[in-house]
Amino acid sequence: MANITIDGQTIEVADGTTILQAARMIGPEVAPPTMCYYSKLKTSGGYCRTCLVEVSKGSEKDPRPMPKLVASCRTAVMDGMEVKNITSAKVIEARKSVVEFLLINHPLDCPICDQAGECHLQDLGYEHGSAKTRTDFERRTFEKIDIGPKIQLHMTRCILCFRCVKVAEQITDGRVHGVMNRGDVSEISTYIEQAIDNDFSGNIIDVCPVGALTDKTFRFKSRVWFTKPMNAHRNCDKCSGKAVIWYKGDDVARVTGRKDQWGEVEEFICNTCRFDKKLTSDWTIEGPKEISHQSVISANHYPANMVKPRELTLNNIKPITLIAGEIK
Amino acid sequence: MSKKILLEHINVPGIETLEVYRSKGGYSSVEKALKTMTQDAIVEEVKKSGLRGRGGAGFPTGMKWSFLAKPEGVARYLVCNADESEPGTFKDRYLMEKIPHLLIEGMITSSFALGANTSYIYVRGEYFYIIKILEKAIDDAYKAGLLGKNILGTDYSLDLHVQAGAGAYICGEETALLESLEGKRGNPRIKPPFPAIAGLYACPTIVNNVETLAAVPSIVNNGGEWYAGIGIGRSTGTKLISASGHINKPGVYEIEMGITVEDFIYSDEYCGGIKNGKKLKAVVAGGSSVPILPADLILTTANGEKRLMSYESLADGGFASGTMLGSGGFIVMDETTSIVENLYTFARFYHHESCGQCSPCREGTAWMEKILHKIKDGHGTLADVDLLWEIQSKIEGNTICPLGDAAAWPVASAIRHFKAEFEDYVKNPSSISKVKHYHNMNNLATA
Repeated sequence: MANITIDGQTIEVADGTTILQAARMIGPEVAPPTMCYYSKLKTSGGYCRTCLVEVSKGSEKDPRPMPKLVASCRTAVMDGMEVKNITSAKVIEARKSVVEFLLINHPLDCPICDQAGECHLQDLGYEHGSAKTRTDFERRTFEKIDIGPKIQLHMTRCILCFRCVKVAEQITDGRVHGVMNRGDVSEISTYIEQAIDNDFSGNIIDVCPVGALTDKTFRFKSRVWFTKPMNAHRNCDKCSGKAVIWYKGDDVARVTGRKDQWGEVEEFICNTCRFDKKLTSDWTIEGPKEISHQSVISANHYPANMVKPRELTLNNIKPITLIAGEIK
Repeated sequence: MSKKILLEHINVPGIETLEVYRSKGGYSSVEKALKTMTQDAIVEEVKKSGLRGRGGAGFPTGMKWSFLAKPEGVARYLVCNADESEPGTFKDRYLMEKIPHLLIEGMITSSFALGANTSYIYVRGEYFYIIKILEKAIDDAYKAGLLGKNILGTDYSLDLHVQAGAGAYICGEETALLESLEGKRGNPRIKPPFPAIAGLYACPTIVNNVETLAAVPSIVNNGGEWYAGIGIGRSTGTKLISASGHINKPGVYEIEMGITVEDFIYSDEYCGGIKNGKKLKAVVAGGSSVPILPADLILTTANGEKRLMSYESLADGGFASGTMLGSGGFIVMDETTSIVENLYTFARFYHHESCGQCSPCREGTAWMEKILHKIKDGHGTLADVDLLWEIQSKIEGNTICPLGDAAAWPVASAIRHFKAEFEDYVKNPSSISKVKHYHNMNNLATA
């Protein structure tokens, strides 16, 4: 076991735990944001550099601070380690610049992007970015690519988090999905546009932090905040069948995995559940899904007096979770 | 004449052949190591020698070797990093081309010291002709019983393979090299674990530069203390310097560490002074990634002492007024050189070679190149120069591998020491054509 202090809060965790996992155990107020790390995918993380933290004390044995900021998602805790996240000016500066780097080539086409409202890059930008851009160079653009009949890849929006590559590697069999080229022209691709023909390929949509991978059965059907998410399950012989179905009016607009408070799915679901079961009668509804009060998805779902907008601007308060209302 | 160790026999005709190499005492360290020394004793000698990694970082080789994990029943590997791609560095090419058996001897002795039974030489893809030279030399060594099963009749067996890279600078980073060697995309790994614990095929691995391994035979033959007696302070032994740029005698020179930089640039034994009697403007002392220094700071330290060719002296003053020995790629620039143009070339290189894994390097190197392109073409603003400084400071130290640092340092040092030149480019764009002469043929024709 190891004692680790993050932003002044101490927790005892098992050896081998990463700083990020320890921070998440303490709570969202000290947990660094992540764009590429995904706890359900092995070897994910380390790429985006948003979760950089300052280690001000290495360990009880060797109290020297670490010379550089470290990626908290890939650095294991040591007993007596002291970490500064939002209490370190260096970290805040570095994170701000990472947001800037990620946005240099991101199209900022949020008004026409299906991911808007549940986009991790939007959240990161609001919380850690600056309001003005310092670049006026042309952004890189790519043609849209269909990955199979149900998934579209819009590489222009991609921030190269490699999560979908890890899904292809670890969850689907017969990997045909990877990275081509290098540097800022790196491209996620199914080699020569070969379709991923696999029952679990749809999960690359769920893990995508931005709108680069979208569900073609849902594209442009609705803004996500006009839909109402319900936890539901069905008997499925391929996956657990536990999903979230998103209603628009009386219709099931889309089906996704169940995401936890870190935006990660609890269990990966199969393509049959995701793409083909779009009737209420396909599902046993458990009840409304908890949506963070801070999420725009919750905007239309609560009586006005329950929302206190002023509180939402403070980063240091715990998000209040409420139950989405108005079940039809 | 100063001390020669690596290049002692370089001018002997036929030294690239096994017979001539052996007639000059070649492979005696293999004989000595395998028959009279224990593995630990060799590591101890290398530790005593103070030999430091010649690939650029200068990490003590003996210490690196002692970190190698030795779990029972798990293979260990020695990998030679011959992916020499740092602009301005061409010493490994020279060694491998002229005296390939020195590297092979070093690899056999070192592999024995580390307990590796399979070793690899990962050669830069563009060095295709060197691959043939190495393969021929390895073939000959096999035939002479210096490689393969029961080397020289001892219990020790070693297989040595040559692997060609495919033309990526990033594969010179040791973990990217291992990925590439395993047949994967050459992306640097996230450390820890370090290769000494889990490297090639997740087995304990040591990655050493060509020049480092080539120095091992002399250390085994003559003892670590002998080697430590050469050089100055903690910069022991000799170092190959690849001298290029505006000098009278470009080429690869073996120097004893501790000679003055002034001597190296101006003496006839080495660079032979600046070409065409021009004045020295700046030097990049250790390959394109180390900070560039103006003439006064490269010749004397900030304290007014003569700067020496050694790890410590070149680094004296930190990055504020010093640089690094790096890989020994010594690029000399005379007064006609445009620092901005030169920096643009470097920035373009790092942009092109960034692997694209982590965001600061992937996006930052491209951004810096674009801004420098703007400035060098006379469209820049003073704010662009400040922005450039900002960007490099946000890349440095925040990336997975040292390529981010390598891309940031040249930018930082050029602005630190030559800010006036950047401002001149911004304020007087009409003057730019004057300094474009050395590569722009159209301008030359009309001038």
